[in-house]
Amino acid sequence: MAKRDSTPTDIELKRTEEPSELLRELVAHLRQNRTQLREEWVVRISETRLLTAMTKEEIFAEATSVYDSYVEALETEAFEALQAYARNLSERIIPRGVETHEVVGIVLLLRDVLARSLFAKYQTDFKKLNRILDAYEPAANRIANTVAVGFVQERERVIRQQQEAIRELSTPVLQVRERLLILPIIGVIDPQRARQLTEQLLRGIRTNRAKVVVIDITGVAAMDVTVANHLVQTVEASRLLGATVIVTGLSPEIAQTLVTIGVDLGKMNTVGDLQGGIEQAERLLGYKVASITEPN
Amino acid sequence: MEVPILKQGAFLIATFQAALSDADLNQLRMGLVQQVVKFRSRAVIVDVTAMDVMDSFASRTLREIAHMIRLRGAETVIVGIQPEVAFAMVQLGLTLEGVATALDLEEGLAYLNEKFKITNRR
Repeated sequence: MAKRDSTPTDIELKRTEEPSELLRELVAHLRQNRTQLREEWVVRISETRLLTAMTKEEIFAEATSVYDSYVEALETEAFEALQAYARNLSERIIPRGVETHEVVGIVLLLRDVLARSLFAKYQTDFKKLNRILDAYEPAANRIANTVAVGFVQERERVIRQQQEAIRELSTPVLQVRERLLILPIIGVIDPQRARQLTEQLLRGIRTNRAKVVVIDITGVAAMDVTVANHLVQTVEASRLLGATVIVTGLSPEIAQTLVTIGVDLGKMNTVGDLQGGIEQAERLLGYKVASITEPN
Repeated sequence: MEVPILKQGAFLIATFQAALSDADLNQLRMGLVQQVVKFRSRAVIVDVTAMDVMDSFASRTLREIAHMIRLRGAETVIVGIQPEVAFAMVQLGLTLEGVATALDLEEGLAYLNEKFKITNRR
């Protein structure tokens, strides 16, 4: 009964005191047996056919640095450093074609190899083994987590960077005549890019006082229903600013999509190609193109 | 809130202020049509440049104003819708269908002058 009444803090203190001592013992063991454990790990890696994109020398080199970082993380509990290391590692090996599951896989293998060595060392003292595992397991799990998350974060960063680059390829709004704007769209349009294009166009209409806009989508292979709706909205919003929109270059697929979503084609002014669109725009604006006759 | 209505020859120009309440809009609807009758105007330009939001009530009121004015044989042109407002409106499905629009007052007048080909000699 007396034991039950002990305050939580006493019990907590007891738990936190021991682990750090045990952790030191654990780390010492891992450092002492570094060569052997690392070797075992590399063998397991090739057995499970991970990191096939890398040569044996490369695997050995990376394994060494991962092992050392692993043990250091166990010792110092400096997980930010480990996460930075993981991001750095992925920056180096992603271009070589290493997948996330491989990275997570080798970290878990290392966790297993080290755990087994602990089982072996403390097999005669079950109670101590349990306490050592109490110290080891949370730290090892956190390491596996940290490395995986670091790896994924790096991939996400690359993807975001690429998305940004794609968006920046985005189209300028071009004035080709007084009151006439052209918006040539190329590539893949996602809802976000569609929205950006609309905002850009509306601002361009106001700035250039455009009365006609030709939106050319020859360079757009396909568009889903959401983006098609965005296109319709762009046409409607442009009208509210007093501009007429001519859409040119609709592929058969896009024409199908528009029909499927039931676009009121009466609202949409379309012409086959950009040339035709510009010609119609010029007519709307009252321009006439005449050839210059040769003198004499 | 009083909305200034100016006479420009055969046209009336109503400049909407930024924050018009529903009551203001209702008053305006009647007021504008009365002015069209009084001055036998050919058209009304409604300038909404100062409006930074356009909700469905305001949008519907504008359409109703245009329809009522058309029943008097006159044209309505809405001018000055801001890009952000236009974008928000179409997302809500408020397209002001059937109502003429122009970029600003200058364009609105140009549109009407072209349409009626009259000079302001009144």
